[in-house]
Amino acid sequence: MEDLSLHILDIVENSLMAGARLVEVAMEEDPASDSMAITVSDDGQGMEPQFLARATDPFVTTRTTRRVGLGLSLFKANAANWGGGLEVRSQPGQGTTVRVWFQRGHLDRPPLGDWPRTLCGLILTRQEVDFRYLHRVGEQEFELDTRELREELGPEALADPQVMALVRQQIGEALVQIGVAQVPAPPGGL
Amino acid sequence: MAKLKISDLAKIKEQVTASTSLREGGASVKVTVHMGTCGIASGARTVLNAVMDELEKSARKDVIITTSGCMGLCSAEPLVTVEKLGEEPIKYSYVDDPKMRQIFNRHVLEGEIQTQWVLAKGSEQ
Repeated sequence: MEDLSLHILDIVENSLMAGARLVEVAMEEDPASDSMAITVSDDGQGMEPQFLARATDPFVTTRTTRRVGLGLSLFKANAANWGGGLEVRSQPGQGTTVRVWFQRGHLDRPPLGDWPRTLCGLILTRQEVDFRYLHRVGEQEFELDTRELREELGPEALADPQVMALVRQQIGEALVQIGVAQVPAPPGGL
Repeated sequence: MAKLKISDLAKIKEQVTASTSLREGGASVKVTVHMGTCGIASGARTVLNAVMDELEKSARKDVIITTSGCMGLCSAEPLVTVEKLGEEPIKYSYVDDPKMRQIFNRHVLEGEIQTQWVLAKGSEQ
């Protein structure tokens, strides 16, 4: 995975496969302690304790098409390389929370990547799912909740690529404003 | 706390009301980008961005873009399925940014299947 966004996208896809209707992504960066944590929580079907115990094992997967599942195990191995770790909490019927933490300024830690585009891609393509996103850098924070946006703009709005392009630009600007480093500012379009 | 600006939201809202009235007809084409770990690692996000960009440019209201998981053919990722109403789904393999744009403009919009990149016809299950 080239950047953090791809790892997060991968974890969110797990949530979607588990039938989640609400996915919450929280990124907490603390420059003072040089730490960063990413939490993805969903209200999907959750995991039985037996499966949970082996969820980060690459030879465990829910898929029936083949016998390896690499998403969580890759992120866990990478987080360990960046001086951190990954933890999964889950209850059947209650959903799953994946928490990853690592050294923010670790030399091997990849950049966030194009998270605004990644998130807007998720929102646009999964209309049946709501997303809540919180990003904190020190004291500064940014929050987005698609439930609020749907209420404000009407249920159809988030299915419109032009609307999502505007939302994406605003997320990018807001992230720069709160001090997220290396947010790409790509030319127009989604 | 930084939030999306209300004034900008209002602007967006105006655009929405203008565009949603055209959306009544329902979808006639569905484009699925397969986004398993394998797909994501081999470039599915770039493909998704490309197709969203082309959709925005085309201003077509009858095209849905969605994502799905791995279908077991990881070595052929990124995979994209194009399904037109009343037709069998077409699966494309090894898709990248320019291929996706061509598939969108020729197949999705014009109905011309890009046979040189087709992996299979039909659904996986």
